[in-house]
Amino acid sequence: MGAALTGTAGLWLAVVVSGLYHGLNPGMGWPLAVSAALFERSRSALWRAIAALGFGHLLAMIGLLLPFAAMYVLIDYEREIRIGAGLIVLTMGLYILITRRHPRFLARVKPGRLVLWSFLVAVAHGAALMLVPIYLGLCNAEELDMGHQAAASLMTRNFVIALAVAALHTLAMVVSGGALAWAAHRYFGLKAISATWFNLEIIWAVSLVVVGILGLWSAF
Amino acid sequence: MNVRPDPTFYPSAKDAMDAPAETVAFTLMLSPDFSQPDGLAVVDVNPESDKYGDILHKVFVPHKGDEFHHFGWNACSSALSPLTGHAFLERRYLIVPGIRSSRIYIFDVKEPLKAKIHKIIEPEEVFAKTGYSRPHTIHCGPEGIYVSTLGGGGEDGTDGPPGIFILDCQTFEIIGRYEIERGVQDKHYDFWWNLPRDYMISSEWGLPPQFENGVVAEDLLSNKYGHKIHVWDLRGRKVKQTIDLGENHQMALEIRPAHDPIATHGFVGVVVDTTNLEGAIFTWWQNDDGTFEAKKTITIPPQPADADDLPDLLKGFGAVPALVTDIDLSLDDKYLYVACWGQGEMHQYDVSDPMNPVLAGKVEIGGIVKKTKHPNGKEFGYGPQMVEISRDGKRVYWTNSLYSTWDDQFYPGERGAAMVMANVGENGGLTLAEDFWVEFPEGYRSHQIRLEGGDCSTDSFCYPSV
Repeated sequence: MGAALTGTAGLWLAVVVSGLYHGLNPGMGWPLAVSAALFERSRSALWRAIAALGFGHLLAMIGLLLPFAAMYVLIDYEREIRIGAGLIVLTMGLYILITRRHPRFLARVKPGRLVLWSFLVAVAHGAALMLVPIYLGLCNAEELDMGHQAAASLMTRNFVIALAVAALHTLAMVVSGGALAWAAHRYFGLKAISATWFNLEIIWAVSLVVVGILGLWSAF
Repeated sequence: MNVRPDPTFYPSAKDAMDAPAETVAFTLMLSPDFSQPDGLAVVDVNPESDKYGDILHKVFVPHKGDEFHHFGWNACSSALSPLTGHAFLERRYLIVPGIRSSRIYIFDVKEPLKAKIHKIIEPEEVFAKTGYSRPHTIHCGPEGIYVSTLGGGGEDGTDGPPGIFILDCQTFEIIGRYEIERGVQDKHYDFWWNLPRDYMISSEWGLPPQFENGVVAEDLLSNKYGHKIHVWDLRGRKVKQTIDLGENHQMALEIRPAHDPIATHGFVGVVVDTTNLEGAIFTWWQNDDGTFEAKKTITIPPQPADADDLPDLLKGFGAVPALVTDIDLSLDDKYLYVACWGQGEMHQYDVSDPMNPVLAGKVEIGGIVKKTKHPNGKEFGYGPQMVEISRDGKRVYWTNSLYSTWDDQFYPGERGAAMVMANVGENGGLTLAEDFWVEFPEGYRSHQIRLEGGDCSTDSFCYPSV
C-alpha cells in the first residue's frame, strides 16, 4: 500500500482525492455558494462564489507550496525538509484533534469577502498544509525518474509541479463543492445544508495525521 | 460536539416554521422582594399531555437577589452560518443573567425534566473582565455568545458606558468586550442583527440609577431615558450610524429585525412618547446606499382614566399609557405582537407591509385600569409583558411582570405571576386559550419565556426563506 501511495500515480491521485474531499467539506465553503445564489436569486451567483472560493483556496495552496518548492532545491537537505514538513502536518493534525478549537479571527471576515475567507480557512485549518508532503513526494518521485539536475532546472521543475498540484487540487475541489452546491440549490433546497453537514473535524485532523506520517515514512 | 448538526438548527426561518411544535417552555421566575432564590420553570405546553400548563420541573439557584429578566441559548440556527463551517454545537444550555446581581447562570436543559445548573459566572468576574455590569440580552453570533449589559463599572454602574461582551460558546469563559468604536452610544438595552448582511442594531433603556429603584419620573419627563438606536458594523465592531428617534420617544427597547435575512428592515418598540403618552413602534430599514432610516409606523394612544384608578405615578395625567414593553415578530415576518403592559392589551399587527402595519387582532387581559380577567375566570395581575411566539406562528405565550420595582410603581401590591397562551387565527386574530394557565409558586413573578427548540426571539437565520 505504501508503495502505491508514494508512487507518482498514487500521489497525483491523492492530489485529486484531497481536492474532492476539501470541496465536499462544508467548512471549505460550498454552503456560501448556495447562500449567494439565494440572496441574489440567480444561479450565476453560485458559480461566481464557487470561483471566488476556488481562487482563495488556490492562493493558499500556492502560498504554502512555493516556499517548499524553493527550499527543495537544496538536494542535500531533501530528507530533512521532508521530515520537517511531515512533522508540521502531523503536529497540526494532533493540535486540531486535541484542542478542537477554532480560530476566532475567522469570524471577523466580512461575509462578502469570499476569496479572503477561503484563503484564510485553507491556511488556518491546514487544508493547504495537507498537500505539502504529497507535493514533496511528487518532487521526489520525479527526481528518481529524472536523476540529478542543475539547481535552476530543478527549481523550474519544482515550481511547475507546485503549480500543477495546486491547480489540479483546486479544480477537483471546485468540481465537488460546485456540484454539491448546485444540487442543493437546484434540487434539494436548504434542508440539504443541515442534512449533508457532518462533523468532519476528527476525520479532518486524522487525515492530517495520516498524511504527516506517510510523509515521514516516505522520507526514511 | 455532535456528528450531525443539532436538529433544532434551521437554515432558514421557513424551515424552522415547518419543524415540530414545542412541547415544553422555559420560564424565568423571580422573587421580587429577593426573599427567595430566583429560578427556572419547565412548563408543559403539549396540549396532548395531561399535565398541560403544569410546571413539570423547577430549578432554583443557590443565591438570592439576582432578578432574572431575559435569557437565551448557547447555540441557535446561526451555527449553520456558511461562514463558520462548524455546525456541531448543541442547543443545550440556557444562559440566564441576573440583571440586578450581574451573576450569570448556565443551565443545562438537555433533558428538560432534569434541568440543572451547569456553571455560575460570578459578578466579580463579569466586572473584572468586561468593565460592564447588569447583563441582559443573549444572542449567539459569529464570535460566540453576545451578552448585552445595562450598566458600566462602579457601584451604581455609571462608571463608563454599558455595552456588549462575548462569552465562549463552549467553555462559557468571558472573552471580553465587543466594541471597538461605540460612537455616542452611552446607554444600552437590546440588540439584534442580520448576520449575512453584517449589521447589528442596538437600543437604549436607561442607566442603572434610572431603573433599579423604579422609574425616575423627573428623568422621564425631562426625556433623559434612551431614545436612540445604533447601527453597528457587526464584524467590524463599530457604530456606523446613530438614529435619534426624537427625545420624546422615551425608552427604545426591543429590536426585532425581519427573520428572513434577505429583508433589510425591522422594528423597535418605544415605551412612551412624553408629549402625548402614546406608545409607538418604529420601522427601521436599510437604504440601497447602506445607510439606515427609521419611521414611526404604529402609535397606540393613551386611554382616559379616573385618577382614582391610577397609581401615584400616573394620577396627574388622567390617562393610562399603553406602555409598550415588549414586541415580537413571527418567523414569517408577518405578525408583530405588541405588549401594552399599562393598558392590559396584546396587539397583533399585520406587518406584511412593514411601513403600513394594520391591527389584525387584540386580546384584553389585566391592565392598570381594566384588570380584565382570563376567560377561565382567574385574575391576571399586571399586564401582558414578555411575549414569545411559537415557531409555526400559531401560538403566542406571554407573562406579566416587567421589572420588580417598576411593577410595584405601576401596579402597587402583589398581583401574582401568570403565563397564558393565545391561539392565532388562520387569517390573523388572537384568542386566549381557556385551557392554558400556569400556576407559579407563591411569592414569585414570571418573566421571559423560551420555547424548546428555539422561538421567535432567539434564532438568527443565515439563509433566505425560500
